[in-house]
Amino acid sequence: MTESNTDFGPDLGEVFGPSHADGGPELVQLLTPEGERVEHPDFSFDLDDEAIKGFYRDMVLTRRIDTEATALQRHGELGIWAQLLGQEAAQIGSGRALAPQDFVFPTYREHGVAWCRDVDPLRLLGLFRGVDQGGWDPNDGNFGLYTIVIGAQTLHAVGYAMGMQRDGVVGTGDPERDAAVVAYFGDGASSQGDVNESFIFAASYNAPVVFFCQNNQWAISEPIERQSRIPLYQRALGFGFPGVRVDGNDVLACYAVTKAALQRAHEGSGPTFVEAYTYRMGAHTTTDDPTRYRLSEDLEHWKLKDPIARVHAYLTRNGLVDEAFFAEVEEEAERLGEHLRAGCKALPEPDPLSIFDHVYVDQTPELAAQKEGFAAYLASFEGHKEGAR
Amino acid sequence: MAKITLAKGLNAGLRAAMEKDPKVVIMGEDVGKLGGVFRITDGLQKDFGEDRVIDTPLAESGILGTAVGLAMRGYRPVCEIQFDGFVYPAYDQIVSQVAKIHFRSQGKVKMPMVIRIPFGGGIGAVEHHSESPEAQFAHTPGLKVVACSNPVDGYWMIQQAIACDDPVVFLEPKRQYHADKAELDESATPDPLFASRVVREGSDLTLLAYGPMVKTCMQSAEAAAGEGKSIEVIDLRTLSPLDMDPVFASVRKTGRAVVAHEAHVNLGMGSEIAARIAEECFFSLEAPVLRVGGFDTPYPPSRIEEEFLPDLDRVLDAVDRSLAF
Ligand SMILES: Cc1ncc(C[n+]2csc(CCOP(=O)(O)OP(=O)(O)O)c2C)c(N)n1
Ligand SMILES: [Mg+2]
Repeated sequence: MTESNTDFGPDLGEVFGPSHADGGPELVQLLTPEGERVEHPDFSFDLDDEAIKGFYRDMVLTRRIDTEATALQRHGELGIWAQLLGQEAAQIGSGRALAPQDFVFPTYREHGVAWCRDVDPLRLLGLFRGVDQGGWDPNDGNFGLYTIVIGAQTLHAVGYAMGMQRDGVVGTGDPERDAAVVAYFGDGASSQGDVNESFIFAASYNAPVVFFCQNNQWAISEPIERQSRIPLYQRALGFGFPGVRVDGNDVLACYAVTKAALQRAHEGSGPTFVEAYTYRMGAHTTTDDPTRYRLSEDLEHWKLKDPIARVHAYLTRNGLVDEAFFAEVEEEAERLGEHLRAGCKALPEPDPLSIFDHVYVDQTPELAAQKEGFAAYLASFEGHKEGAR
Repeated sequence: MAKITLAKGLNAGLRAAMEKDPKVVIMGEDVGKLGGVFRITDGLQKDFGEDRVIDTPLAESGILGTAVGLAMRGYRPVCEIQFDGFVYPAYDQIVSQVAKIHFRSQGKVKMPMVIRIPFGGGIGAVEHHSESPEAQFAHTPGLKVVACSNPVDGYWMIQQAIACDDPVVFLEPKRQYHADKAELDESATPDPLFASRVVREGSDLTLLAYGPMVKTCMQSAEAAAGEGKSIEVIDLRTLSPLDMDPVFASVRKTGRAVVAHEAHVNLGMGSEIAARIAEECFFSLEAPVLRVGGFDTPYPPSRIEEEFLPDLDRVLDAVDRSLAF
């Protein structure tokens, strides 16, 4: 291991120590649940209070996207929604650490990261409403399409990072140029072969990747213990790169740790595993019923660590904002909610004939004929057999 | 007699199989406390324990690969794949290992396992949750593939599949799970597993279907009857091996056949079935065998899945084209 790796890597004594319900002493925290700034030997938050106000705003708006979408699902406007409630800090902290030239490979729950990449939240709804399978251009904000097949995107992330290496945009020393990739995935995903293979490839090629795992303690009904007997971040060591566990409900720490990991990647020092220790406060999705498999006490416990409340406490306790600030953010959230409610219903319905488009770059004669046949078939209903289709 | 849904039928069938044979174990994601995302294994972990109803880590290749080892050790694993589109991480284990071990060991090692896959669309889901991968497994020698279409078959077929010494890919039409109810007589003698069945008699044309399309085809036959057309419907039930004798007998009688499935038409089950009918019933045919199915495209966003899926109108359109030939 190089000098810089040891900053991240736990020593072996810690590796097999007991696991802690609260994340253990290894947890990197810079803002306590009570809203107090604390120091950490390896990581520090180097932005000013204006930035913290920005994070607050980001998190409140992200949560609004989530609650609005949840409500839209309840009203039948979305087929399903994957809630991020409780994971705002992990997503905003890591998302705001990105440089514009970095690229993100998300799961299906990264609404906060999408926000940081300037993806119109309305675009996120398309997949869940069933009008498209990803309504944004991944090349616009360097934000890939949501991936539902668990873990698949982590390999894509490594491949993309290998491309960056070949393009000579790693380790140039120019902060505007040096690029890296962040692969998002969950605790459950850490069991997939694809994810473990992505660790191997990244390590083998020293690829500029940050593996950002949101350990929200649950993979649908299965607790983290089903996936791992050791803290997840410690797995990185076995693959040959550093791992760090950060308080996933602490936006400052998530920012600082991701920033440091990205820096390593930009420099050409290779991959880092970041385990954001957090909690899925909502259901897995709107179709899930967590009362079947977990205790409500757990949720109560985690509510005390709410990622937004602690920033609120920090800002007010230190007199950094006045009531007008919160009112403004609230107003903005209202406008965002309205944008989503009105916009969702107005999302264009897909044309049935669009099924045949974009299957290939060069349309095949067979598929063109199928499209033509289906168009004729649909036309045969026009005028008569009203309502049959 | 109790009226049950397909979900209940499968659940009761699994329970019966576990009671009968202590070597039967269930494995999959969320099959334990949650009872599976569709509740097919509801209550089983509570009653049979964590050793027999196993919540696995989130890794399909891991599920199927360890099931191979359990089967070699004398267990009968019943693996649940959460949704059709998530079977592919396990595809290598299924086609290269599960399907071939009996052959490679010259019969010395059996693979008595069941791979349960909720399949098909029509539930308004996001991508990868509505697919019909049956042909990929039916194309693989060494695997048997069946599809149930109703609660009573669900109850019996899952038990028969578990009792089968060969690996069985067991397809469950997920949109039927909590839909129609049927009366279950647990003292009845079930039909054999690898047998197709005439579910409606008719004389003008034979409609062939399995899984979720059986209901659609029954409705199509009913609608056609209103127009004076007499349609025979066969629930194929088994896709590998195919049970073609009842199909041949029917086509010799009607002279016409239409095969319907949700899967893509190109190289779907309908292609094999049409070829076999052409080979065996050439001189009885009044029209070419027609296929109705999903288009040769990825499964579309759910708002247009009803256009993608063959429905009553599309089936009747094929029926009309065949009759007009
Ligand atoms: C290959 C695959 N298998 C199964 C699923 C079904 N599934 C969707 S989400 C999920 C749990 C994921 O847990 P985790 O990785 O912890 O992410 P989280 O949902 O908690 O964000 C499962 C099993 C899937 N989408 N893909
Ligand atoms: Mg999780």
